[in-house]
Amino acid sequence: MPDASTTTPAAAVVTLTPPRSVNRRAVLRSKLVSTASVVVPPVLTLTLILLVWEILCSGPGATLPAPSQVWRDSSDLILDPFFVAGSQDIGLGWRVLTSLQRVAIGFGLAALVGIAVGTLVGQSTWAMRGLDPIFQVLRTVPPLAWLPISLAAFRDANPSAIFVIFITAIWPILINTSVGIRNIPQDYRNVAAVLRLNQIEFFWKIMLPSAAPYIFTGLRIGVGLAWLAIVAAEMLTGGVGIGFFIWDAWNSSKLSDIIVALVYIGFIGFVLDRLIAGLATIVTRGTAAN
Amino acid sequence: MKQAPYLQIDGVEKTFTRGDTSNHVLADINVGIDNGEFVSIIGHSGCGKSTLLNIIAGLTPATSGGVLLDNKEVNEPGPDRAVVFQNHSLLPWLTVYENVRMAVDKVFRATKSRAERHDWTMHKLDLVHMAHAKDRRPAEISGGMKQRVGIARALAMEPKILLLDEPFGALDALTRAHLQDSVMQIHATLKNTMIMITHDVDEAVLLSDRIIMMTNGPAATIGEILEVALPRPRKRLELVTNTTYIKAREAVLKFLYERHAFVEAA
Repeated sequence: MPDASTTTPAAAVVTLTPPRSVNRRAVLRSKLVSTASVVVPPVLTLTLILLVWEILCSGPGATLPAPSQVWRDSSDLILDPFFVAGSQDIGLGWRVLTSLQRVAIGFGLAALVGIAVGTLVGQSTWAMRGLDPIFQVLRTVPPLAWLPISLAAFRDANPSAIFVIFITAIWPILINTSVGIRNIPQDYRNVAAVLRLNQIEFFWKIMLPSAAPYIFTGLRIGVGLAWLAIVAAEMLTGGVGIGFFIWDAWNSSKLSDIIVALVYIGFIGFVLDRLIAGLATIVTRGTAAN
Repeated sequence: MKQAPYLQIDGVEKTFTRGDTSNHVLADINVGIDNGEFVSIIGHSGCGKSTLLNIIAGLTPATSGGVLLDNKEVNEPGPDRAVVFQNHSLLPWLTVYENVRMAVDKVFRATKSRAERHDWTMHKLDLVHMAHAKDRRPAEISGGMKQRVGIARALAMEPKILLLDEPFGALDALTRAHLQDSVMQIHATLKNTMIMITHDVDEAVLLSDRIIMMTNGPAATIGEILEVALPRPRKRLELVTNTTYIKAREAVLKFLYERHAFVEAA
């Protein structure tokens, strides 16, 4: 074998100098650019929509107020959500909180009952055969169709509204939970069998985590429906709440107030959805698809 | 008189029945396996290898016949017959450590303290060289690493017998060789009884003391049992030219491709 030092190398070694550490300004700039690329497009589209809306509704025969008109009429509602100027004259923030309270109770109950019954239906073939057809029929009943019945049963507006939330939100939670439980891979059941997990351990350690992505999908759909239903229910039941506010504004022809309220409702609905999605990521430790 | 083998499979039959159709999968399986033995089961796909393993594991009940482990009848799954599943079956919401710890907690809750259970878990992860990745989740590690964790979880139950269901089937050739070496090492260290299902002839000859060769289904049974009289520790490279190895390999190949060639379902 020839001595290595005397033979010419087959290829020259190219030394690569590592790139010098990037300076702070460049880092700052790239951060700014990435933030801008997220913020600028929605701001642009929003401006465009407002502009078109302004043009369409500023003519003399316009039936709806233009954005500038909304601002002139209802800037107090936008700027101060938490004023109290009388028993019925309060800020939109308070009204939204009242509605949210109803949603919280109704949705919370729906989540508890939905997950419990969904687990039963997912686990037991007989429970599924018995209950599933009934659920499939009941879940198509529109939320407001329940209102007269619940008003008759509870004889009070507030529990009726909560019941409507409950009965609207429970179906997606229940059905998704049962599908999630039914879809637990046989592998996980085998692991549980080899480890001899008992029923309670199986429920907490395999069933719930495995079905969690499904359950959270159900919860997200449920909270969206609950928020849809509360506005409609409050329009009919009256009292304090964002739904009744819209109805009241309509009766007193304050169209600008209605538009502000719509923006509030949309924004709160969005926040609720993100809240449940965020909770899902925390609970399932990122294994749920978002 | 020879004493009864550690694991005794006695006249096991399995027929799956669904509605009017019944499918006779396994017929008259009789074999005894000694303590500390490494046995492979090889056969064409669909010959009921996995069914046999599931019967030993207790996950599937036999139609007739029975399995005795250490003179006790097997009729339900349990941690004394730990299974390494083909597709690892790690729980994706738990870290590597938590996956193994869950088994440790369940099996040794009464007999080991919290600190001892932690040490035991880490020891098993060390054994499969996975301690460095203990805080990662299954989705964040490679297929070979997942299978290592699966083996660690099975070993952590301190089973009387370790059942491996095509453990390396889904892995590439290099990773597979690496894991085979690991399994040989573990078998040498712990001297436990292992039954492995495989359809890789080299793998069977390299790892096993005996190879159980299954005939084709329906009504598959044990066609032949081959003793692999190679001394341990076995070295992959040295065996390439070893006559015993070559003979054993030839015997398995002849069984699988001459006498019991795979027949396409007509």
